[in-house]
Amino acid sequence: MNKKDFPIFKNAELVYLDNAATTQKPQIVLDKMNEYYTQYCSNTHRGSHDLGNRATQEYEDSRAAIAKFMKVTTDEIVFTKGTTEAINLLASSYVKNNFDTVILSELEHHSNILPWQLHDLHIEVIPVDKDLNIILSAYEEILQKNPGSFISITHISNAFGIVNPVKKLVEMGHEYNCKILIDGAQALAHVDLDLKDLDVDFYAVSAHKAYGPTGVGALYGKYELLEVMDLYQGGGSMIDDVNFEYSTFLDPPFRFEAGTQPIAEVLGFKEALLYIQKTKGLHAHNASLLDYAKKELLNLEDIILYTQAKNVSGNISFNISGIHHDDIGILLSKQNIMLRTGHHCALPIMKKLGINGTIRLSFAMYNSKEDIDKTIRALNKAVRMLR
Amino acid sequence: MSDRSILDEISLLSDELDLFDDVMDKYEYIIELGKQLSPLDKQFKTNLFKVQGCQSQIWLHPYEKEGKLYFEAGGDALIAKGLVQILIRIYSGHTPLEIMETDSSTLKELHLSEIISSGRQNGIASMLKRIYTFAKETSASQTATTSFAKEREDEKF
Repeated sequence: MNKKDFPIFKNAELVYLDNAATTQKPQIVLDKMNEYYTQYCSNTHRGSHDLGNRATQEYEDSRAAIAKFMKVTTDEIVFTKGTTEAINLLASSYVKNNFDTVILSELEHHSNILPWQLHDLHIEVIPVDKDLNIILSAYEEILQKNPGSFISITHISNAFGIVNPVKKLVEMGHEYNCKILIDGAQALAHVDLDLKDLDVDFYAVSAHKAYGPTGVGALYGKYELLEVMDLYQGGGSMIDDVNFEYSTFLDPPFRFEAGTQPIAEVLGFKEALLYIQKTKGLHAHNASLLDYAKKELLNLEDIILYTQAKNVSGNISFNISGIHHDDIGILLSKQNIMLRTGHHCALPIMKKLGINGTIRLSFAMYNSKEDIDKTIRALNKAVRMLR
Repeated sequence: MSDRSILDEISLLSDELDLFDDVMDKYEYIIELGKQLSPLDKQFKTNLFKVQGCQSQIWLHPYEKEGKLYFEAGGDALIAKGLVQILIRIYSGHTPLEIMETDSSTLKELHLSEIISSGRQNGIASMLKRIYTFAKETSASQTATTSFAKEREDEKF
């Protein structure tokens, strides 16, 4: 659906199935960024000239739109470079001084492991079962032994598409006086979000995985938590008053946005989310592609899938027995099919499964069953060459 | 490895690869090269010899014999092994100086994106770097040995 909105597909041969890494951008997002640079390019939150006022207004409108998309209030959205920076910000400004232990799941992306390690926080890991679902009884046990910890878990696994039961995880975490961050990098384009209903304390997203630009994302935090967090970086436009002896700072979220922000990208982020909202039937479309891909893959000889779970969204990972995933990735690329092979920045779960990596198909609105058919044909050809 | 210069070998390989009109045929050839790569002795399949940044695993064992450098390698993916075989054919059997004097960007003539892109995940690029580093290190130690030998010679007088 909507393929014509994405200029990259003027190359009609291109099959792009690496959407969990980054999505393609619709013209409307590119136009918005171009509009900023060609009509009102200026810095935000400074001075009082008309161009600056327009840029500031657009920038703050974006914050409001993103908050609305996630069903939270505007001043609970902090702009970051992306999910990775959002997690690093939290680790540095909140978790390292208030918690000893961080509880993660085995499915986590490196971006949800390393920020905690860098601050020498003790890490507890919730195991997953044979279908890669979090084992809730193990989670409960960890919570019992580590009340008052910080929890950070992915909403959707970037490597295997598992959708975690966020509401349940949050409820259980709160029962043990924990605070919880959900890594929403893969979920933004695949789930209708209602963060107040989920009752998460923090939620991190990246624009570029949801049809928006690279270099921008957001950290949602409950306002009372943002208020008690330490500063992250110092710089322009986050201050109330500066003296050589002491300085005072603006309220959240502005105090966490030091220096000139990626203004065009912030504006593009809003357009991307509005575009998702306008696209009816998006999640059903992606779900049907995933079902179709799974059915077709199961027809292949020597296919290895890693989960039979139904709660899967956005991507599917597999291997062909006896063939290296990297060889498949290269040969598919030569047939104009772009997908991801490797460990998907999730080495711990790969090690648990005893593999070096997988072949991953990840879907977006512009993909079609025809893309999957072409992929299967290309896969068959690659396998014939490699046997 | 042959009597040809490094540049002649690159040029010859480029001509060979250009014979394939269809890119898939070219990769079929590289896969065949990968299948032909002599097995690497198990003692070299360790972290010490592992090339970083590979999507697949590659181990490179460089060694010096009579002033010339030789390379042998192993891997677990066929295309990577084929590309490794190409690099071995180009660089093995030459002196450190001959390698150092060859601009690695000449490899662009081969039109193999897996060799010429310098991404951090690109193991072939990392392997190339190792070949050049080994050439540089060996050249330095050869020079040191030569100077040392010369100093010892001088001491006699």
